[in-house]
Amino acid sequence: MHDLNVNGRALSVDAPDDMPLLWVIRDILGMTGTKFGCGIAQCGACTVHMDGEPTRSCVTAISDAAGTSITTIEAIGETPAGKAIQAAWLDVEVVQCGYCQSGQIMSASALLAGNPKPTDADIDAAMSGNICRCGTYLRIREAIKRAATLAGAR
Amino acid sequence: MAHVQSLKGHVVSRRAFLHAGAAVGGGLIIGWPLQGATQPAGGAVQAQPFAPGAFIRIDRMGKVTVISPMIEMGQGTYTSLPMLVAEELDVAMSNVAVDHAPANAKLYGNPLIGVQMTGGSTSIRAFYLPLRQAGAAARQMLIAAAAKTLNVDASSLTTEPGYVVHVASQRRIGYGDLVDEAAKLTVPAAVKLKDPSTFRIIGTPAKRLDVSGKVNGTAIYGIDVKLPGMKIATVSASPVFGGTVASFNEAAALKVPGVHQVAKLDNAVAVIADHYWAAKQGLEAAAVKFDDGPHATASMADIVAALATASERPGAVARNEGDAAAAIAKAATKVAAIYEAPFLAHATMEPINCTAQVTSDGCDIWVGSQVPDIAQLVVSKHLGLNPEQVRIHNHLLGGGFGRRLEVDFIAQAALIAKQSKDPIKVVWSREEDIQHDMYRPYYYDRISAGLDDQGVPIAWSHRIAGSSILSRYFPSAVKDGVDSDAVEGAAEIPYAIPNMHVDYVRVEPPGIPTAFWRGVGPTHNVYVVEGFIDELAAAARKDPVDYRRALLAKNPRALHVLERAAQRAGWATPLGPRQGRGIALSQSFGTYLAEVAEVTVSKSGEVHVDRVVAVVDCGVAVNPDTIVAQIESGVIFGITAALYGEITVKDGRVEQTNFDTYQMLRIDAAPTIEVEIVGSTEAPGGLGEPGTSALAPAVLNAVHAATGVRLRKLPIKPEMLTAG
Repeated sequence: MHDLNVNGRALSVDAPDDMPLLWVIRDILGMTGTKFGCGIAQCGACTVHMDGEPTRSCVTAISDAAGTSITTIEAIGETPAGKAIQAAWLDVEVVQCGYCQSGQIMSASALLAGNPKPTDADIDAAMSGNICRCGTYLRIREAIKRAATLAGAR
Repeated sequence: MAHVQSLKGHVVSRRAFLHAGAAVGGGLIIGWPLQGATQPAGGAVQAQPFAPGAFIRIDRMGKVTVISPMIEMGQGTYTSLPMLVAEELDVAMSNVAVDHAPANAKLYGNPLIGVQMTGGSTSIRAFYLPLRQAGAAARQMLIAAAAKTLNVDASSLTTEPGYVVHVASQRRIGYGDLVDEAAKLTVPAAVKLKDPSTFRIIGTPAKRLDVSGKVNGTAIYGIDVKLPGMKIATVSASPVFGGTVASFNEAAALKVPGVHQVAKLDNAVAVIADHYWAAKQGLEAAAVKFDDGPHATASMADIVAALATASERPGAVARNEGDAAAAIAKAATKVAAIYEAPFLAHATMEPINCTAQVTSDGCDIWVGSQVPDIAQLVVSKHLGLNPEQVRIHNHLLGGGFGRRLEVDFIAQAALIAKQSKDPIKVVWSREEDIQHDMYRPYYYDRISAGLDDQGVPIAWSHRIAGSSILSRYFPSAVKDGVDSDAVEGAAEIPYAIPNMHVDYVRVEPPGIPTAFWRGVGPTHNVYVVEGFIDELAAAARKDPVDYRRALLAKNPRALHVLERAAQRAGWATPLGPRQGRGIALSQSFGTYLAEVAEVTVSKSGEVHVDRVVAVVDCGVAVNPDTIVAQIESGVIFGITAALYGEITVKDGRVEQTNFDTYQMLRIDAAPTIEVEIVGSTEAPGGLGEPGTSALAPAVLNAVHAATGVRLRKLPIKPEMLTAG
């Protein structure tokens, strides 16, 4: 059994030690907002936060996640940065197919939480692990800046 | 598909169960003989009181639900199609919701193609009139209902968004209060549509209706389906196409905790488990071995050699005007080239998946599909059921790009689920997805031209060799050996050249399945035509924009986008060393598009696309922000293909496996993109694909401007461009 804290909820999960957190979240906890894209930490679709750090859940064993505070896309809107990012994403109309956007928003929220005024270089560094096949990168860049402005104005 | 344009006026049919006829307006319609509306639309919304026709439901609160005949895969169709309804119905977009259509080609078939297909950049082109008519009919019925309720003449009534208004008495009734009365009326056969000059919604940037759930994790894609008792499976199919399962260790797979069952198909083994991780571990434990079959030695060298040899002989003639061969023979200057385009995978972000349950009364399929009715038919055939026993529950697509026009994985899931009583969600690994895609064909083009003593092209000869996707997908659309998709963008080019010969040689790669890919025929042909016209400009020592301009005198829409793109990009403005600017023009999907790319080529040969300027004339612009987004998307998709896109085959196996070996453009390499939409009242054109089609040649032409090196093979590799 592994003791997890997911979105503020304490859980006890029976799963093999090496089972990636992604599949625990999706197939055992039934939370489908976190997406499977590649399984080898190449695309970022599975990004969650562990103690606030953006983490590729597809290569993070449940045994390494135990004891941390895990946040997924379903709860990121409860953080100030996540809320600002989600609002900016809608405002700028970033989303197309949307499949990668959970991961994009998790990476962007972690960036904004740690860096209230990210530069283009900061955005490139934080977001280049997230692939978008629809090519929404320009709007992602714009939305992160919009969110920074919105969050700064409050 | 894009080839609908080339099919105009022809009567075609797809397999025996379809019949066809020419549609009003010159499009193509293929209908279903005598197949009734076996599945009413839209699940819960079908019960709503007012359901005038297949597309519109209005409840007693006045909330309008549009049952979208086309599926949302990112292109914005779940907003732009409802806009057409809302415009004529006269409701605010904030009061409109959208729902997936069931599989039913009779009600929801694409009038340009006939089957219920979302593809070929056709959604707006196909439904611009039908959905406006549906909205107008519903409005007329609500007015008639109000006339009865208020006891006034219908002609004294008008509408404001969501209300019928009697101006004389200043009375107004909400649509929701009229639905029960309106539901008693017959849908009018003929309706008057609004004058476009009075549009309030079409042409304005409407907010997307599909995105709120996509930013908080609540949107449900096919891969997110949850059902009582559902198990998860993952699959290993023969790495060589055409191979079969030889052996596997079932006992070892079943020993993995959480594994329930091993299902065998002819060419694949699936392990069924409680969750994906157990299924994956079980599949590894099963150590499946395959008989490779007849294609075990297929290699790129052989595939390309076969294309090169086959293209030495004449093909099926797609276009012949004047005498191109004779004119080239006596031309002052002759230019000839060979262009090659690689196999490409689709690599949708949502890996291939499908959930199926087979019961005594039929089969349920939960999937994201561009072709729900084809899925229904193919599954019914595989399981020996009647089509109406196969219930397709469509979902949002995590990308389509042509991959989800195919139903191979849907049939596979049905055959796996048939071996279990439970609903089975089959999820492919990314490796399985890349290695068992159906690929954009490898094309090999021989092209030549003759110029007069002024450098003007007087003759053009273009031979395309490659796989014929239509021969598999729509066989009756192949006429006299010409695959209209394979030659689209080549048989008709924007430029006026008096002697033209375009032919097509069909060459099927051994064991490599081929399929439509974003931009379809034009993505390959615009690359060749626009690269070669740039070569002609260089041979004539003319500026590439001036050279094209001189050939576009009779093509004003193409000329306009070309000139605007050059102007906006600052065509004549100098750039730095090893920087260059290239232009390409695309006239396809009913849309005119010019793209200018600016690139920087490093001394070690890496190409960075710095800026892309796109000017698009797509006729009536329904949702301008979506148009901009689709061009941006097409540009990024096109850069990925131009710089990285290549699937190669060795020993019959696809060599690429995942995003580490089949790379995607990332945000740190994305250019700035500027999109300008030309104001137009022409019929609306398609937008999902042109942005991709024009990109590669614009970049290749820019690379030539930057380095002097003319590339005729994709993708661009640094070793082609190292500074000497």
